[in-house]
Amino acid sequence: MATVVAVIASTHHPFYYKASTATGEDRPPFADEWVSKITAFRETLTRARPDVLVMVGSDHFHQLWLDNMPQFLVGKAPFYDANFYNEEREFGLPRMLLKGQEDLSAHILRAGLDEGFDLAFSNELRIDHSITCPIITLRPEADLPIVPIYTNIFAPPLPQPKRFVQLGQTIRDIVESWPSHLRVAVIGTGHLSLELGGPRQFGPHGPDPEFDRKAVEWIATGDLERCLAEVTLDSLHSPGNATHGFMDFMLMMGVAGAGRKADHVDTLDLFHTMEAYFTWYPNGVDA
Amino acid sequence: MSRYLLDKFLYFVDRDPELVERYREDPRGTVDWWEAECANKVLNCHAGEASTWLRFTEEEREALAAHDHVALFALGAHPFLTLTLFIAMFERDHGPLEYQKAFGARLAHFALPYPDIAT
Repeated sequence: MATVVAVIASTHHPFYYKASTATGEDRPPFADEWVSKITAFRETLTRARPDVLVMVGSDHFHQLWLDNMPQFLVGKAPFYDANFYNEEREFGLPRMLLKGQEDLSAHILRAGLDEGFDLAFSNELRIDHSITCPIITLRPEADLPIVPIYTNIFAPPLPQPKRFVQLGQTIRDIVESWPSHLRVAVIGTGHLSLELGGPRQFGPHGPDPEFDRKAVEWIATGDLERCLAEVTLDSLHSPGNATHGFMDFMLMMGVAGAGRKADHVDTLDLFHTMEAYFTWYPNGVDA
Repeated sequence: MSRYLLDKFLYFVDRDPELVERYREDPRGTVDWWEAECANKVLNCHAGEASTWLRFTEEEREALAAHDHVALFALGAHPFLTLTLFIAMFERDHGPLEYQKAFGARLAHFALPYPDIAT
């Protein structure tokens, strides 16, 4: 059976690409520290020697639209084009092409449906920065095949937080039941407190540093019990109007497992939002 | 209330570079044209079929025609869509992050809970 060699949860800051490649006067003062943290984070994936990446993210009204909105969707295609015109325009993100691991997509869909998740699927999916940002930060060669999994954290009505956790737990089981010798890393991205298009946006820090502190603690210690006790669809409005993206972190806590302490934890307090990076090695770092 | 249609306008315009410029230069004309020609297109369906019932309220049409992002927020337009499109249109006229900060400041009178964005 396949092995889950690393579980990684990260924020997906679309400005990293531009900040890290800028030079001279265009280079922001925080770029060097950011690059240094990302380089260390990248090494946590490299060390796990993955063959395949399961990538959890959320479409930002690019391909998925309100006339036909899935809650959880699995890509099943041999290739995925990536990034959209408005991401090129606003963030300077490059167009990309990623290979798909179609047999793992089929396995996740079949087993997920059988486990009670009525997963939507797409045979032609263009993926956006929720998945390409972690490719850029963690695997800039973009050479490994992927299975993209999209969650709806964006267009209410949303699934409950506990459903994200359950889906994460199920993804872990399903990948480990995949009849393959390949080494799989599961990577998911979300947000800590975040406000977009509201009065608290683009402040000197994330809109709710206290929420961020608690959230990092929950994730780092695998404290799903406390996290689920405090986080509801209603409560997530309070730290910032885009904070429902935190539910993708909760999904990744489900993949990592309740009570599992992260092996790598790092944060970076940026303007606008806090960056946070977590890696777990389910079977030890050298497995 | 047709929050869905507000969102559809913002989404439709944002993904088309020519429409972004057209809406920046001629908001009222673009909104009128779009409501007449595009509002009933089913975006995930082939072009031969269309809806028949979608139209703006007067208040919604005016908010879009006036580039009034504060009114759009009050009406429950999806803030991500509004922000993305308005950055595309107006960031270029300002220094780094200046537009984004002013955009937030103009919404300072809104307290939680914010207007509902569910469609």
